[in-house]
Order: sequence, then C-alpha cells, then structure tokens
Amino acid sequence: MRRAWRWLIPLSAIPVLALLAYGFRTNPRDIASPLVGRPAPAFALTAFDGTAVSLEAHRGRVVVVNFWASWCYPACYEEAPVLERAWRTYRDRGLTLIGVDIQDKREAAEKFIRDFGLTFPNAQDLTGKVSVDFGVYGVPETFFLDRRGQIRAKHVGALTDEIFRANVERLLAEPEGKPGPA
Amino acid sequence: MRTVRTRRLVVVLLLGATLCGTAAAQQPARSVTEETVHEVAAQLRCVVCQNLSVADSPSEMAQQMRAIVRERLAAGERPEQVVQYFVDRYGEWILLSPRPRGFNLLVWLFPAVAVAVGLVILTVVLRRWTRQHRASAATPSTLDAAMSERIRRELERER
Repeated sequence: MRRAWRWLIPLSAIPVLALLAYGFRTNPRDIASPLVGRPAPAFALTAFDGTAVSLEAHRGRVVVVNFWASWCYPACYEEAPVLERAWRTYRDRGLTLIGVDIQDKREAAEKFIRDFGLTFPNAQDLTGKVSVDFGVYGVPETFFLDRRGQIRAKHVGALTDEIFRANVERLLAEPEGKPGPA
Repeated sequence: MRTVRTRRLVVVLLLGATLCGTAAAQQPARSVTEETVHEVAAQLRCVVCQNLSVADSPSEMAQQMRAIVRERLAAGERPEQVVQYFVDRYGEWILLSPRPRGFNLLVWLFPAVAVAVGLVILTVVLRRWTRQHRASAATPSTLDAAMSERIRRELERER
C-alpha cells in the first residue's frame, strides 16, 4: 500500500508533462482557418489607381487574394516579385490576383507598388473589414479561391513560386462546374 | 431640349435617392453603449498582439475590430452574435477564454481536480505525520537499566 502511494505522485505528473510536451511542440502561429472550404466573403474596394476592385466581378476565374503591408519586412518584400511574376504568367490563363493592403499609410503603400513594379490590382482596406471578414491575423496571408468563389487554401507567410504554382495550377485544372470539397 | 430636361430630372431623382440612402445608412438602428462594446471586445483576442484583448490593445487592428463590434451591435446584433461573427472567421482561437466543452473542458476542470487531489494528498500526509508523532510520544523509553545508569554517571562526571 505504501509503495503504491510513493509511485502514484510521480506517475500522476506524466499526463501533465505529456500535455505540456504536446503543447510546446505545436506552432502557436499555425492556426487553421475555418474559412477554407467555404465561400469567400464578398468585398468591393477602390484600387490605388481609382478603379473598382470587387470579388463579384471575377466570378468564374481562379482568384488569389493577397493581404500585405509596406511595413511587413521582409516577408512581403520577398513575395512581391513572386506575385508579379505569377500575375504575368497566369493572367491570360484565367487567373485574377488582387492585393489588399492593410494597416498601412497610403504613400508608403504606393511607394511599395512602384518599387516592385506591381501591375495587378491593389487596394487599401481602410476600415479593416475585408481583413476581418477573411480572418486575417497578420501579413502576408494569401487565399486561393476556385472558380465558384470558394476559399480552397490559405497560405500564411511569404509565398514562393512553387507554392503559388502548385495551388493555382490545381485550381485552374478544375472545370468550372466541379464542386470543390466541402 | 426635352432629353436634357429628362436627364436633369433623372439626376435630381438619383441624387435625392442617394442622399436618402446615406441618411438611412448613417442612422444607427440602436444606440450602443461603450460598455457593451467593451464587454464584447474584452472576450476577443487582439490578433496582432500577444495575449491582449481587443478591448485593451491600442493597435490599429484592435481599433478597427472595436469599430466593427460597435457597427454590428448598432445594426441590431446581440453580443453573442457579434462574438460568433469573429469565431466564424478566426475559429475559437479568437476567444480569450475557450468555451467550456469537449477537449476544452480539460482547461476548466483540471485546476479544480488538481486542487482536490492536492488536498487529499495533504490530508493523508498530515494524518500520517501526526500519527507517527503521537506514537513516538506515547512509546516509553526503551533504554535499558545499564544504559540509564551509564548516562547518569556520565552527567555526574561532567559536573
């Protein structure tokens, strides 16, 4: 009886330690988005050049929505050339790329667009509503939408050519009527 | 001439309609107290901060989130609906205290269970100690006569 008690106390610590070990191994920044597999929230913004940017206008095309900011160094600076390259490659193959600038100063954002020679539409989310609708918690974050307007993938952090290509090629290969996984 | 007049009429009508529309949009459906906004915002995690609520953070993102909370409440949503709007977009991660159900129950129950187990262990250990103490106090000295005699002699010599 006495011996059993002696072992019980250290043994009871094992589940606690196991839970802590599991908790500390997971990345707290790695948060699964509940929006993946659901229709993308509609938005209508005004681009830096004054044109209207809305998701509704691009229904039927594969859409990539990229959230960025000029102060987001180095990740946004790393992925800006990736985005521009991808835009030039895929714009005639049914892809729409929309950049949404958040929590930023207009002048700084315009300089960023000039510096990287970005030619795809970019708009400022002045009220933060679009970012909250998309559940954005940092920059850069990128959402890949299929032709039916469903969010099919979310990427947190700087994009690479490979990640962009893999996601977009998969969605472009799908016929328009094909339902995505729920 | 006629077309110009018609066009003018259309413009006036459109302008009127727009003005009415904006006036209606600006009119809040109900007045929202800062207290209610704070109550909702305090439950939400500021997404760009470390362990701060939307109510406590001075960040621009938190300010925008507070504005969204205020706007949704003004549009007639209940506080639970506003919280749910954020949960639908960010997952339960957005809540500063996890909802007490499923795996999350562990977080709520564990402290209580730990305190209960601690109290049981403390009681058992204390009872054992007092029992031992009492037993040793009650046991008569087991020194034999020869030993007592020796101690007495040693003490005598010290004097």
